[in-house]
Amino acid sequence: MLEWRRRREPSPAMLYASPLIAVVLTMLIGMIVFTAMGYDGFHAVRDIFLTPFLEPQRWADLGVKAAPLVIIALGLAIGFRANVWNIGAEGQYIMGAIAGTGVALATYDMTGWWILPAMALAGILGGMAWAAIPAFLRVKLQVSEILTSLMLTYVAVQGLYYLVRGPWKDPDGFNFPQTRMFTTDQTLPVMMEGSLVHLGIPVAVIIALVAWLLMEKTTAGYAVKVVGLAPAAARHGGFSADRVTWATLLASGGLAGLAGLFEAAGPFGQLTPQFPTGYGFTAIIVAFLGRLNPLGIVFGGIVLAATYVGGEIAQTTVRLPQAATGMFQALLLFVLLATDVLVRYRIGWKVRAA
Amino acid sequence: MTQPPDQTVRPRLALSHISKSFPGVKANEDISLSVRPGEIHALLGENGAGKSTLVKIIYGVQQADEGSIAWNGETVAIPSPKAARRLGIGMVFQHFSLFDAMTVIENIALGLDEAVDRDELKARVAAILDSYSLPLDPEREVHTLSVGERQRIEIVRCLLQKPKLLIMDEPTSVLTPQEVDKLFLTLRQIASEGCAILYISHKLHEIKALCEAATILRGGKVVATCDPKIETTKRMAELMIGAELRQIVHGDSSGAGAVRLSVSGLTLAGEPPFGTDLEGVSFEARAGEILGIAGVAGNGQSELLTALSGERPATKADAITLDGKPIGTMSAGPRRALGLACVPEERNGHAAVPDFSLADNSILTARHRLPLTPLGIISTGDVKNFADSVIKRFDVRTTGTAALARSLSGGNLQKFIMGREIGQQPGVLVVCQPTWGVDAGAAAAIRQELVDLAAKGSAVVVISQDLDELLELADRLCVINEGRLSAPRAVAELGIDEIGLMMGGVHGESGHGASGHGASDLGEPAHA
Repeated sequence: MLEWRRRREPSPAMLYASPLIAVVLTMLIGMIVFTAMGYDGFHAVRDIFLTPFLEPQRWADLGVKAAPLVIIALGLAIGFRANVWNIGAEGQYIMGAIAGTGVALATYDMTGWWILPAMALAGILGGMAWAAIPAFLRVKLQVSEILTSLMLTYVAVQGLYYLVRGPWKDPDGFNFPQTRMFTTDQTLPVMMEGSLVHLGIPVAVIIALVAWLLMEKTTAGYAVKVVGLAPAAARHGGFSADRVTWATLLASGGLAGLAGLFEAAGPFGQLTPQFPTGYGFTAIIVAFLGRLNPLGIVFGGIVLAATYVGGEIAQTTVRLPQAATGMFQALLLFVLLATDVLVRYRIGWKVRAA
Repeated sequence: MTQPPDQTVRPRLALSHISKSFPGVKANEDISLSVRPGEIHALLGENGAGKSTLVKIIYGVQQADEGSIAWNGETVAIPSPKAARRLGIGMVFQHFSLFDAMTVIENIALGLDEAVDRDELKARVAAILDSYSLPLDPEREVHTLSVGERQRIEIVRCLLQKPKLLIMDEPTSVLTPQEVDKLFLTLRQIASEGCAILYISHKLHEIKALCEAATILRGGKVVATCDPKIETTKRMAELMIGAELRQIVHGDSSGAGAVRLSVSGLTLAGEPPFGTDLEGVSFEARAGEILGIAGVAGNGQSELLTALSGERPATKADAITLDGKPIGTMSAGPRRALGLACVPEERNGHAAVPDFSLADNSILTARHRLPLTPLGIISTGDVKNFADSVIKRFDVRTTGTAALARSLSGGNLQKFIMGREIGQQPGVLVVCQPTWGVDAGAAAAIRQELVDLAAKGSAVVVISQDLDELLELADRLCVINEGRLSAPRAVAELGIDEIGLMMGGVHGESGHGASGHGASDLGEPAHA
């Protein structure tokens, strides 16, 4: 008989191995499920998880998809470490894009290097403002930020719909529900000729390094970890849980807002009703796949980006439905949480007592 | 010892030779006791004496390793609380299990083992409330009720099952004196109808007022049975606490120096739901002395510690002064920077973060007084060196500064925590239960460090339930009881019986009388 045996100490090896095990198990389970459904399961899994890495022409796309995921997940992970569960990054992402687009529309007939930084700043502030609402409600009224941040996402979506169909509708856009296209000064510079690779990608890597230093080397990061692990000890050590709640929600909101602005000023180049792509939710999976570690999140972001890129490939090659991408992402989170047990437990053979 | 009034009645409950061990402790050892119908029987003992384990065995929450239980003369097995209730055993726990947002009657309905028609239940509850004259509105929502009223819900729950034995676990620990009086009336009426009551407490005056037999536990064993109506409170206190005492040579405490920590009129509401309010706590701790604060658990010790540490600041700045500086409204960090270090009772999760390494744990409280985090950047090398010096100086047995706090034994972690605070050379050190759960060798080392710290001119305040420890360490001693602090007395002029009485809550108005005379005065229950 197999049985679970509690480890005396959490296994550091399993801490890093379990996300890899989860990816492999997800591939296996996905293969079985899609085969059972009558698809070519083996090719589906290969196209979703491997093809994006094996074909160099996909790498640019991988980076474009990974950048927003990584930026959002970095903010979320800091909050998660402090037991602050911002589930509404999607809403903050949209609000960041809306705020940045507001600046873009206001500066439509202007030129200058300062426009893009102003848009980025507005994006950050927009995301922060949206995250400030759950922060206020949690600190002042003890309302769960899980519910409020999630619900505010839908408010943001409706706000977006209203703007692109109403006041911000492109006057020259044949009545399509979309804003004007951004000008060159309002668009992220392309890093590689002929591709969509934009400034957001190196920025994501830089933010990851900064976040890592912040969490590992500063008192601020220490405060976040103590508040998350042992609230009473945090209070004993003179750390304020309320301040950490504010700081982590504002940081994750600001980063989600920045990612939203990058997406609007990068691949989209305008706001449309199709703008909310679920990156804010997928980033939750990225954060956990990366073990809430800023450097791990870069890895996690690339894996989840592959499911987007590969999902599109598999749609044409194996004719998987588009929803298969979401299924793989959800399955990955599910398996990931399940394999977490390996950190504290190991599997052993039950020896029958004589 | 004393003759029960009627020997011929078959005991309702008889325990014989009950033993129960947990890894590392014998919680109960060879315990026998019997309770007759209609008897209110006290189970008396200090915290950790084994009372809770014993009643959990009776109520079927835990199973005894050895021994047997007889119910109305027949040996029975009680595998679960449900089985206990079927026999007719009801229990009112110290902490209630009630849903705040539901009404009294809904809570009662939820607690029943079988579904009962709503109207019938209402009628039965009304009948019970009426016959016991219990003031309680069945339609009120629980969150609007006082603690005493909540307890009545639990009592009604039990009475609905027509219990033949009612277990009350520390029922007065959360009640006001007026509520206690009402509770006693109810309990006497329940007993007069033939129900046996097992009454668990460490409050001597209550037991004297209510109970007609008492079994006294110490260290998991029965040390005596007696009739509390006849036995003196002093004698019961001695039995409960254990009178064997080491002879202690006190240092010269008369030469204590300047006042380092002064607390005056500190009043602070306890944390809901069961926190004890601090009421007008005043004391001074001087350079070079160790002030002991004795008391039974739950009388405001942890509240006092968090009030001093700054985790729960006071409303007035001058309620607490450190070296003459008012610090009452400061939070924990600034207080520590000024030299006030505190060690709470709970090591894991309060004094230390279990999932952090020892190095990281030293940042938690040492960063205010030592340059471990200049400009908010953690100086890894300095942190490691400090943690390492604590480990060496205090002989912490561990694999090194990278070991997780949770991997250390209780004693070793406590040595590390004490070392972390003492290593910062605090002007005042307040510790709660410094040697709780610590093996004898480590305990001796920790006590020595406290004595040495005081000798260097710091003021040390030790809050403890361990009287032996306090008598060994302290120069002066006061007692905390229901959030109030007695006036300090020099340890040299105190007898253990007197302290025991004070801890049991029967101290008269503080600071009067010589010990011998005082004790007999105090033998009367404070309020009956």
